[in-house]
Formats: sequence, C-alpha cells, structure tokens
Amino acid sequence: MTERHTISILVNDQPGVLARVANLFGQRGFNIESITVGQSEEEGLSRMIIVTSGNEQTVQQVMKQLHKLIDVIKVQQLSAFPMVARELVLIKVEATPQNRTEISGIVEPFRASIVDVGPQSLMIQATGDSEKVDALIQLLKPYGIKQLCRTGVTAMTRGAITAKV
Amino acid sequence: MSAEAAMTATRKNIPPVQQGEVMSGAEILLRCLILEETEYIFGYPGGAVLPVYDSLYQNHLNHILPRHEQGAIHAADGYARATGKPGVVFATSGPGATNLVTGIATAHMDSVPLVIFTGNVKQQLIGTDAFQEANITGITMPITKHNYFVRDVKDLARVVKEAFTIATTGRPGPVLVDIPKDVNEAKTEFHYPEKVDLRGYNPTIEPNYLQMERLKDAVKAARKPVILAGGGVVSSGAEKELLAFAEKTQIPVITTFMGISGFPRRHPLCLSMPGMHGNYAANQAILNCDLLIGIGARFDDRITMGRTREFAPNARIVHIDIDPAEIAKNVETMIPIVGDVKHVLMRALDKVEKGDTEEWVRQVSEWREQHPYTYQNRDDVLKPQRVIEILNETTRGDAIVTTDVGQHQMWVAQYYEFQHSRSLISSGGLGTMGFGFPAAIGAQLAHPDKLVISVSGDGGFQMTMQELALVKELNLPLKIVIINNKCLGMVRQWQEIFYDNRYSQIDLSCAPDFVKLAEAFGIKGMRAVSPDEAEKVWKEAMEHDGPALIDFVVEPEENVYPMVAPGSTLDQMVMGDDNK
Repeated sequence: MTERHTISILVNDQPGVLARVANLFGQRGFNIESITVGQSEEEGLSRMIIVTSGNEQTVQQVMKQLHKLIDVIKVQQLSAFPMVARELVLIKVEATPQNRTEISGIVEPFRASIVDVGPQSLMIQATGDSEKVDALIQLLKPYGIKQLCRTGVTAMTRGAITAKV
Repeated sequence: MSAEAAMTATRKNIPPVQQGEVMSGAEILLRCLILEETEYIFGYPGGAVLPVYDSLYQNHLNHILPRHEQGAIHAADGYARATGKPGVVFATSGPGATNLVTGIATAHMDSVPLVIFTGNVKQQLIGTDAFQEANITGITMPITKHNYFVRDVKDLARVVKEAFTIATTGRPGPVLVDIPKDVNEAKTEFHYPEKVDLRGYNPTIEPNYLQMERLKDAVKAARKPVILAGGGVVSSGAEKELLAFAEKTQIPVITTFMGISGFPRRHPLCLSMPGMHGNYAANQAILNCDLLIGIGARFDDRITMGRTREFAPNARIVHIDIDPAEIAKNVETMIPIVGDVKHVLMRALDKVEKGDTEEWVRQVSEWREQHPYTYQNRDDVLKPQRVIEILNETTRGDAIVTTDVGQHQMWVAQYYEFQHSRSLISSGGLGTMGFGFPAAIGAQLAHPDKLVISVSGDGGFQMTMQELALVKELNLPLKIVIINNKCLGMVRQWQEIFYDNRYSQIDLSCAPDFVKLAEAFGIKGMRAVSPDEAEKVWKEAMEHDGPALIDFVVEPEENVYPMVAPGSTLDQMVMGDDNK
C-alpha cells in the first residue's frame, strides 16, 4: 500500500551529499514530493526532511540504503511518531483595490500575512501544515494565482523523541 | 605500529620520510600507497595525472601498464578477488576515468575492494568543459561505495586513509578518489593519520545475542535445513568456519555462483549451485527445506527467479549478512543476523547442536547422485563441457579459474570442482564480458606460483584481448582458454528458446585466427577441434613454461542445462535437450 512518509536525514554538510541522497531515491523509483535542507543543531551537519510516498517495505529499504551512505549520520522515519510538520508558502494573487479587503478577510483566519502590495496583486505568506496551506490555496484560487512557491515540509517529532545522534 | 615507525618500516630501500615533511600531493599519494603496503598499481597515464606519474618515475612502487583502462581495473579486481587485499588503480581524467566505469560497476556489484585514483583538470578549469574533463565523481556515485573529490592538498592523506578503510572494511567495495592536477602539484606537510574518524560509518561485526539464540533453536528444531552460502563467505574469509558449521550441524550446503569457491565441491554435504542453471539437488533442497540459512548471499533473481514469495515455500529463512540493507531486501526473513559472516559463524559454532537431519541428508544426497550435471558427450565434435572437464581432471580443482559471462561461465560453475576459496574469479552480479582475461592477469600477479586459467568465450575475449601484450611483457605463465563457438552462445540460446530461433546479431565467425593472434603477441598459440586433440593440446599447454593460448573450437549449438526460465519457479527445471 502506498503511503506518505516523512524521513529525516542527518548528513555531513559536504558538497554532493544532496546528489547522493536524491540518487538513491531516483534509483528505487521513489518520487520525492518535497525536500528541505538546512542547518541542524550541530555545526558541520545538515538536516534533510524528505516527504515521499511508497509502500512500507520499500521505504524501509530506502532508509537502509540511505544509512549506507558514508555522509549520512542518522536516518529516522518521523511519520512513525507524533510529529509537527510545517511548510511556508508565498502566493502572489491577483488583486484590485476593490477586492483587497475581501482577500485580507480570507487571509486573516489562516494567520497568514500580506507581505507585499502591488497595483494589481498581493503577496501572501502563510505557514502551517500542508493541509492548511492546501486550504488557503483553494480559497485564493478564484481570485487568480499568478505565482506560487511552497518550501516543502520541515518536521520534528514531538516531545522527548529526538533524531539526535 | 605508530605512523612514525610505519614511515620506513614497511619496505626496504624506501627513503625515510618524517611526519611533517613538506611534499607535493603526488608524492603524498605515493607515500600513502607505500604505507598501505600496495603491491601493485594498475594504471594508465595521461595529461591530468602527469604529476603522479612523474613522482612514480623514481618511486619504489610496482606499476602495471595494461593496454586499456578497462584492462587495468579488471586486473586490479582480479588481484583483489584472489587476495582479499584492495586493488589499486590509476587513471587520468576524462576518457581515462570513464573507461573505468564498467570495471567499477563490476567490483561494486560483487563487493570487491578497489581504491581508484583519477586525475582531473585543474580546479580553475573544473566546470568549464575543459579538455579531458569529466565529472567522474558524479558518474560513479551510484557504483562506488563512496567517492571523493579532493579540493585541498591538506586533505589528501586523510582521504587516502579513509578510502582504504572504507574499501576494505564492512561490506567491501570500490572507492574512487578524484584529484585535480593542482592538488597533486601543491605542497604541504605530510601527516598520515593512524586512524580514521568517520561518524557515519560503523559496520556491525559481532551478531546480536538474541538472534543467535534464535538461530540455535532453529537449527536444533529443523529436520530439513539447508545453507545457502554466498560471496560473503569468500570475502570474509569464512570458508573454514562454514565447513566446521556444516559438518557439526550436518546441514547440506548450496553455494551461490559467488559462493562456489567458499565450500569444497567434492565434500559430501556440497549441493553446488542453485537457480537458473543450477543443480537439481540444490533447487529441490530449496523447494523442500524447512530451514534455509542464507550466509553472505543476497537472494538475487538468478536464484529466486524473481518469484520471491514462492522461494523456499516451506522454510523459515535465516539471513546472515554484514550489510543490513540486504536483509529482507528480496525475501522475507524470520531471523535476521547482521554481522561479519566469519564472526557470526565462529559464535554460532560454540552454540549450535546438530538437529535430526539424517533422513534429509540421505534424501538430498540421493537427488545429487541421481541428477548430476550432464551433457551428451561425443567423439567426433568437441563439447564445451568436455573442455571444462579436462581442465578439472588435470588440475583436480586446484587452479584459480577466471571467466567472463555467459555459457562458458555456467559450464565452469557446473563442471569445475573448485576446492579452494577465492579460486573462482568471475563477474557474477554485473555479468561483464571481457572481465575474465584481464582479471586473470591480476590473479596471476597476486599468486605467481599458482596455476591461473583464464576461460573466456570468443566474444568476451575479443573485448579485452589487447592485454595479450601485457601477458607477454610480464611473461606470466597464464593459460588462456577460449571456448570458441564462433557466436554469442548465451544470447543464441535465449534466441533459440524464447525468440523462436530468430538469431539476431550473434554470428562472430569472422574472428581473428586466435592462434596466429597469440603468436603475433609472442605467445604460444594452440588449437583443438576434437576431444582427443583437446586433451593432447591442453597437456602441452600445461607443460609449456610460460603463457599459452588455447583455442578450443566447440560445438556451436550446445545449450546450458539444466535451465529454469525467468519467471518460472525452481520446480520447473528443463533438464536438457535430447535431440542433439
């Protein structure tokens, strides 16, 4: 059964590491839905959060293969635990002086903010889990979305469970 | 030994080097190889590695110059497989590096330790499509255990140390180090690290106690157990432990193609090879066993036939492997044991007790006696199987035999009765044509006093035959056997069976006269076209002091049997065709 999985990978901050990781997913025919890479709590190490879908057995196999990479320090399937997953989205939506207020009315309950105002557009910034971002996008669609950028998910397990080494 | 002492202690006539002495990247590289006790470098020079070859000019390392980079890497591979020590390869940037790719993939698939050094263009030219520039670290990323691009000469000694460590420990494999020309030219203080510090790399050697208890119980309870021994037995040097384990527990041993030399063929518990062209007894044992202990084997599709759910349908499966990613990759495993095969078997030997296997051993022995590998021998034409039998009879399974891929490879696996570990050297996983002959050169260099036989088809031999020059140059006493059916035999067999005799592009009858070819390289060449001649000519070749090439012209329409078609289960074996 195909399911969505969120995997956290702690890696050496080295050139080529992203390619090594991405390569493994490609080889196994795994589609990467999103990937985020950034600093971790330790200098010299980066953390990647990858959202992918596939059956459990194949995900286990990919995780084992990832672990074999010399530059990979730790692999953890976050979605096996209670977790917090967030992404950020920037949406440039068509807006005239007449409907600007209407649009801010939609944005407000999402605790999103308007970060730029143009003569014919607004830029909206929102953060939240993927479902919330999806919902906001749906509501803004009728106004005409000129451009959309999602960062992809970054995530952490709740409470005491950590992916530290 | 301290690194300080190791600077000079390893070899005679090496000018001493102090830790901290200033030298160029190229000199550092060679010094590291001396400290790693590198016996041979298999390499081919070119523009980007000129600094290294200049340093080599007055160095005390043995460099072997094959006639193609592919020859270099296969020879290094053969050396590594024959010894267990890492094979060391040099090549230049661009085409030099890309010519290694097939050899790197070959070693990667069969877990062979290689350390490969490629030159690259100067860093200021990297990314500009400079002359002879290729992104070899990018190209080889999926076919190496790890690879490096060295940006700073200060990192070089550490990287070399790490490369050797990674290549030779855990599950062995090829490691490539790409060094741009400016790094080889730059100078720094030489410090060779004694230890490596790789946080993301820590192979599990000793097995888990609880799983070992489960193994013990499973062995004791089993009535029809069988061992499936793979290449891991050979690469971890566990052949003695396997023998002791099998004898103590009275469990029959199936050897995968890669595991063939890990268990003596003439041992009463040996069931030889399973799978597509495997032995009847081996396949029946898999179908009927109640416990299957996979030891350093990876359950590949030439054994499971891709029908992993129907594989060993009545058995609990134990899987012992140093690589956790192999466990449950292809078949469901009841008892996973991660660890070095040799260590696991040593621990197991103290623990296990023999189960009640007498009836089962009698049964598999009966299968083995009733269904040996067979073919229809004839007096008037030379059968390829007969050639391998002759090699076997005259050497009693004692020689090191290398092969390519295809029919001759399967006949060697079937009819040559290997007695010693590391004596079958063949490209099992990747199935590389042109591998065997250069690999035999590496094996012969590793074991100058042993008999090394290179067995190739006429197709594969024509892929790397230019290395005859190297054999002559080094005057290696290699016996070069060509099983010449004037076509691509295995492709022909599949076209006959699965494509309704539509023979497409398999005719190699326009080939050089191999005897004259050998003579042109200054090597003794001989030919046999009948069984009598074959015996006579082979005897002469064996007695010849020096290299000899023997062109065995065989029946072209001979097929490899038994055969299980891909997608079938192991009970659907075709035992042979009687109409020939």
